[in-house]
Amino acid sequence: MILSFPLILFYIFASVLIASSIVVISSRNMIVAIMFLILAFINASALFVLLGAEFIATLLIVVYVGAIAVLFLFVVMMLDIDIKIKNAVNRKRPIFILISAVMFFEILVISNFSRVKYYETKTLYPINQDIGNVESIGKVLYTDFALPFEFAGAILFVAMIGAIVLTLKDEMRYIRKQQISQQVARNKSTSIEIVKVEPNTGINL
Amino acid sequence: MNIINGIAQQNFIIVSALLFCIGISGIFLNRKNVISLLMSIELMLLSVNINFVAFSVYLQDIMGQIFAIFVLTVAGAEAAIGLAILVVYFHNRHSIEIEDASSLKS
Repeated sequence: MILSFPLILFYIFASVLIASSIVVISSRNMIVAIMFLILAFINASALFVLLGAEFIATLLIVVYVGAIAVLFLFVVMMLDIDIKIKNAVNRKRPIFILISAVMFFEILVISNFSRVKYYETKTLYPINQDIGNVESIGKVLYTDFALPFEFAGAILFVAMIGAIVLTLKDEMRYIRKQQISQQVARNKSTSIEIVKVEPNTGINL
Repeated sequence: MNIINGIAQQNFIIVSALLFCIGISGIFLNRKNVISLLMSIELMLLSVNINFVAFSVYLQDIMGQIFAIFVLTVAGAEAAIGLAILVVYFHNRHSIEIEDASSLKS
């Protein structure tokens, strides 16, 4: 096997990606877990750059690291969670690890030892090598995929409204309505108070 | 066998499968809090994205990268909604452990 320079880069990025994702699922400290999640995302975007998909790589850093990971950090830091370390041993832990390992080895066997080396594929939108990655994505995304693109925007909009509605407590502070019964019921004794002010003392409201 | 930049396609598939299995075992093993469960879901979506982009590049079809954009959108919406639910749940229960969320159990 020839170790070319991109292959060495691939091994470095992939091993850091796997190691940091293992730290993410096994760390008890949430801040550490989120930091390693950011490291995993950055390494995945480096893998995308190796593949030649620069736009997805940039988008991964902007969306995941810039928005989602920062959102996680905000929530973890603002909630003031005390992590109680309960040492209750999960007795089913080996079974779960075994299930995951079996799944991984099945995919490994299929991808390495499959006799099917030629996939009968129909290329719908072939990559034009003369133009860049961003331009070729945009030429498809804004023409044939315009409607799903709008739906993706609608999904994000609905998610934003849902998050606001869920977290907005205490609606009466923000929604100001006219309350006619209160306006009709107020009279002179509830709205005016006559205070007799002593000279040189001021009033204590 | 498809090789781009001296990297065969199996490498990317194996990395993606490994990442997906790590995410699944994170969901299985971690019964503590909802935040690490959400992070495991993010890892699984990331592995799906790696698979999409790898197949898109090796089959010379741009469609996989467009699907990766849509997966990214759904991941963002899911994280926002999930964290909002988490904030409301923490205000009600003062804990984020999964085992406390048993009020639907009769």
